[in-house]
Amino acid sequence: MNNIKDMIARRVALELKDGDVVNLGIGLPTLVANYVPKGINVFFQSENGLINLGPKPEAGEEDPDLTNAGGQPVTILPGGAFFDSALSFSIIRGHHVDLTVLGSLQVDEKGNIANWIIPNKMVPGMGGAMDLLVGAKKVIVAMSHTNKGKPKILKKCSLPLTAKGEVDMIFTEMGVMEITPYGIRLIEINPQYTISEIQEKTEAELIIAKDLKKMELIHEI
Amino acid sequence: MKLININAFKSFFQDGMSIMVGGFMVVGTSEPLIDALVETKVKDLTIICNDAGYPNKGVGKLIENNQVKKLIASHIGLNPTAGKMMANGRLEVELIPQGTLVERIRAGGAGLGGFLTPTGIGTIVEEGKQKMRVDDKEYLLEKPLKADVALIRGSKVDQYGNVIYHATTRNFNPMMAMACNHTFVWPEQIVDTLDPNYIMTPHIFVDYIVKEND
Repeated sequence: MNNIKDMIARRVALELKDGDVVNLGIGLPTLVANYVPKGINVFFQSENGLINLGPKPEAGEEDPDLTNAGGQPVTILPGGAFFDSALSFSIIRGHHVDLTVLGSLQVDEKGNIANWIIPNKMVPGMGGAMDLLVGAKKVIVAMSHTNKGKPKILKKCSLPLTAKGEVDMIFTEMGVMEITPYGIRLIEINPQYTISEIQEKTEAELIIAKDLKKMELIHEI
Repeated sequence: MKLININAFKSFFQDGMSIMVGGFMVVGTSEPLIDALVETKVKDLTIICNDAGYPNKGVGKLIENNQVKKLIASHIGLNPTAGKMMANGRLEVELIPQGTLVERIRAGGAGLGGFLTPTGIGTIVEEGKQKMRVDDKEYLLEKPLKADVALIRGSKVDQYGNVIYHATTRNFNPMMAMACNHTFVWPEQIVDTLDPNYIMTPHIFVDYIVKEND
């Protein structure tokens, strides 16, 4: 499973553009920071109040006052800044974040996303996800294609939504998809799978891009 | 003089109070003030905090000790106790998007009647709220949030009550200090004076600086 997560993170990292302000969700999305392509400089924002988020500190170098939004010890890179939560969410809602990468439970063909609650079962709360979804210029969902074999990419989300129509792209171990006004278009395919295998694991009907590409997996970090 | 000790701090609390607690995953939460509140055994509290902390850290201690009637937070995912108590009806939880929560607190302290946000449109967050259209975009009207007491953690606090927060401990603290009738700060370090250029919460928002008992 870790291999799948890393693979998805490696592919998502190719979407990073020089100078982007990026907010990564907890879990798989956090791994994207490990694969920033060579020559690309991005600024990671963390909603608990910092920009220029750096890597995990060396053992013994942790500062209990300096963590990411998951409460894990982190570092701050040169040029970085700390701020309060009101400013942090002004950055987020105010369209100053170029790209956010989030995990999800469900996504549908209208770009709706459900990832904060399974009623009567799991109620962790939305945290900053609703604000990130409406505020980020580009929203990428990075997740496993299915949950225990059941599709997560649906015609219509059945769980309560986190945001309506905000998802731009979906990255899974099977391929890369974009949300269009006509539905979900498969634009890259992992050659380990066939189109019909991917469609079988996807409830929404996929539009296959005319210039369907092989999913790019390896690059220089 | 704003300086009081823990005993004086404890004598302030009553059942049923609403209390804002600064911090994000307990970073920036004043554990000594939480511990003192646990010792008071006051109950039926409404706690407003970014999250539920952990079972034995931050506001999680108050939840564990059955002192909280209602928690207003953006997530409770790292505190399974809070999740269980919510499921069996022992804890009322109101979940609010994080950006909306902090802005509601800011509005409370800033004298605003609320604000319009696109966050939550098309989700269950919009239930029962007024929607407004401005220049062809839809927003939710979110109202200000205030409380009786704010518990703040300052990294450096001067004798006047001016506060500087270190690294990511700032989070909700400055807004909460403005939005409550009585603001208590726990100083990690007390200094004579601070450079006015770098003060993050001016002293007028701080009512008491709490220190250890003598």
